[in-house]
Amino acid sequence: MRALIRELVVRVIQRVGNWFEQRLQLTGTIKHTMAHPVPRRTASWFYVFGSAALTVFLLQLVTGILLAIVYVPSAGEAWSSLQALNTQISAGWFIRALHGWGSNFMLAIVAIHMVQVFLFGAHKYPRELTWIVGVFLLLMTLGMAFTGQVLRFDQDAYWGLGIGTSIVSRVPVLGPPLVSLLLGGPIIAAATLSRFFALHVFVIPGALIAFVGIHLLLVLKLGINEWPMPGRIVRRATYLQEYHELTERDGVPFVPGAIVKDLFFSAAILLSIAVCAFVLGPFGPGGQPDPTIIQTAPRPDFFFLWLYALLSLLPPSSETPILLIGPAIALIALIGLPFVAGQGEKSWRRRPIAVLTILLIAVGLGALTRLALHTPWSPVMDAWSGLPIPTKYLVGRSPLERQGALVFQSKQCRNCHSLGDTGGQRGPALDQVAVRLTQDQLIRQVIQGGGNMPAYGNNLSPPQTTALVAFLQTLHPIGQAPARDASQTELSKLGLGP
Amino acid sequence: MTTSDRPTRRAILLKIGVLFNAAVGAMLAVPVLRYMLSPVTRQRKQGDGTWISLGSLNKFPAGQTRLASYQHPSATPSDGETAETTCWVRRLEDDTFQVFAINCAHLGCPVRWFPQSNLFMCPCHGGAYYQDGSRASGPPPRGLFEYSYKVERGTLLIKAGEMPTPGAQASLLKGSSPCAPSSGSSSCA
Repeated sequence: MRALIRELVVRVIQRVGNWFEQRLQLTGTIKHTMAHPVPRRTASWFYVFGSAALTVFLLQLVTGILLAIVYVPSAGEAWSSLQALNTQISAGWFIRALHGWGSNFMLAIVAIHMVQVFLFGAHKYPRELTWIVGVFLLLMTLGMAFTGQVLRFDQDAYWGLGIGTSIVSRVPVLGPPLVSLLLGGPIIAAATLSRFFALHVFVIPGALIAFVGIHLLLVLKLGINEWPMPGRIVRRATYLQEYHELTERDGVPFVPGAIVKDLFFSAAILLSIAVCAFVLGPFGPGGQPDPTIIQTAPRPDFFFLWLYALLSLLPPSSETPILLIGPAIALIALIGLPFVAGQGEKSWRRRPIAVLTILLIAVGLGALTRLALHTPWSPVMDAWSGLPIPTKYLVGRSPLERQGALVFQSKQCRNCHSLGDTGGQRGPALDQVAVRLTQDQLIRQVIQGGGNMPAYGNNLSPPQTTALVAFLQTLHPIGQAPARDASQTELSKLGLGP
Repeated sequence: MTTSDRPTRRAILLKIGVLFNAAVGAMLAVPVLRYMLSPVTRQRKQGDGTWISLGSLNKFPAGQTRLASYQHPSATPSDGETAETTCWVRRLEDDTFQVFAINCAHLGCPVRWFPQSNLFMCPCHGGAYYQDGSRASGPPPRGLFEYSYKVERGTLLIKAGEMPTPGAQASLLKGSSPCAPSSGSSSCA
């Protein structure tokens, strides 16, 4: 009896399957795709990042749609709808956290994937177009990260938009109209959020799906990049034949030969995202996007921190050209790469410039990101009222010098200058300033400023300046004399001194 | 000319079909472009702007710099709290003011006023400005943006159009013809 039912079920499934197959005729294509041979050595843990990026992309699609069910893309209500997601809707916080951590993982995996294919020479003939499509996928991923940060409509998003707008406004001639297009009006408001919503939810994902499709199609048509061997040179005339022979001679079917590692890695990444989301929770939203709350220090998300540091450190004169020309040069370099280096060695062992370029970019971005976590260029806004002067700088000082210490705090020198390792780092630490500058130099520096310091001449009375400089002159190590003007000593010996 | 070279009826119809689609597409592109560019074109119409009240003069003691906020004239109900914009009002004496945009001239972060040191400081990239709005230090390429103002019946009015940005200086000047922003000390009453 049981056998009969089983046979019946199998027969029904077969008939339904055949019904679809007669119309869709996909089985052949799917079987062919699954069984297509790939070089044996590409079944490697180095080749799992592309599929992992695809997996995370799918996760972002699903969680994004889930969030869109609740999120209200209105400047007046977005923030409270995020609060509702975080606190009122069952597991809303977890879906937000998955989407947020998914975004971070996505950027990281896309970056690793790009470095891997570059170091393995996968951009060379005949996979130039795969690389170029990948460059656009990177741009779209960054675009998704930025627009996503805007949809988390909090203080950082509001002022981050202001920063983006200010950068765009620097485009010659077209700047102001571009700003209006970006904001959808004269100021950051409802129209701005609506268009970023359209970009994040329709425009960029639509383009992403299309480009991911082309990217995958190219990988299938051209075959996965073989494991690079030093000395195996890519030549346009012979490569296709050599690759074909390699897969014939030493190939494994994609399923199950190569896909197993992809499956395990993708699942591990999904699990990592879920763990991060569960343990660390969703990102924000931060404070309300209320422009009248100005006690805020907006910061970009992690993957844009390097840009934040760069914008602080570039000299004003070169900032606009670098901001406007830099991205164009980077884009041209990335797109031009497979045309300039489309043949030759694939192995990173024989491509020192490629390896050095990657190291240079990694160290550069890493250093800038690290700096942006400390923001030494920002004044510490509450240092003057929140951080007392270390006692050792006050003990045994004269009343005038102590008065100077008061001036030092009340005039907010501390916001930019540290004492005893606390305070701002915008200007130099002043613990030993008296060793570096004489009394005259201190007075000049305080009154006239210079070297990136504001002038305080209009802001300090002569007695205040006298007291402040008297205090600053006490800032030298015990046993080391303060700097002095040698000519003054000589003059005073001659009885001509002040 | 052989018969095979002569354009067939089908080939001509194909061309006409393509042209027909192109013509309809071009026709539809006009309203689509107008729709997409409406923030730019609408802006130019609003460019002359209206005078916005910052409230009674009593709110601004002489010799001090105070934060003021106003609702943008183009605000809509869905703007929520973003309809509000803030600015710094410095009253020099009776009818002489300087009204600064909140946005740093570097990249638009909100600058904070420190009356103790008479400086505006920016929390983002460390720009600083003197009390008259001129650049003191840091990355800003210029001083703070100023709105033009006038005093009418004991009320301070400013002309604030679009969000001030480094690249929009020309349009900012254009919108404030009655009194040039650079000479903020001149009253427009």
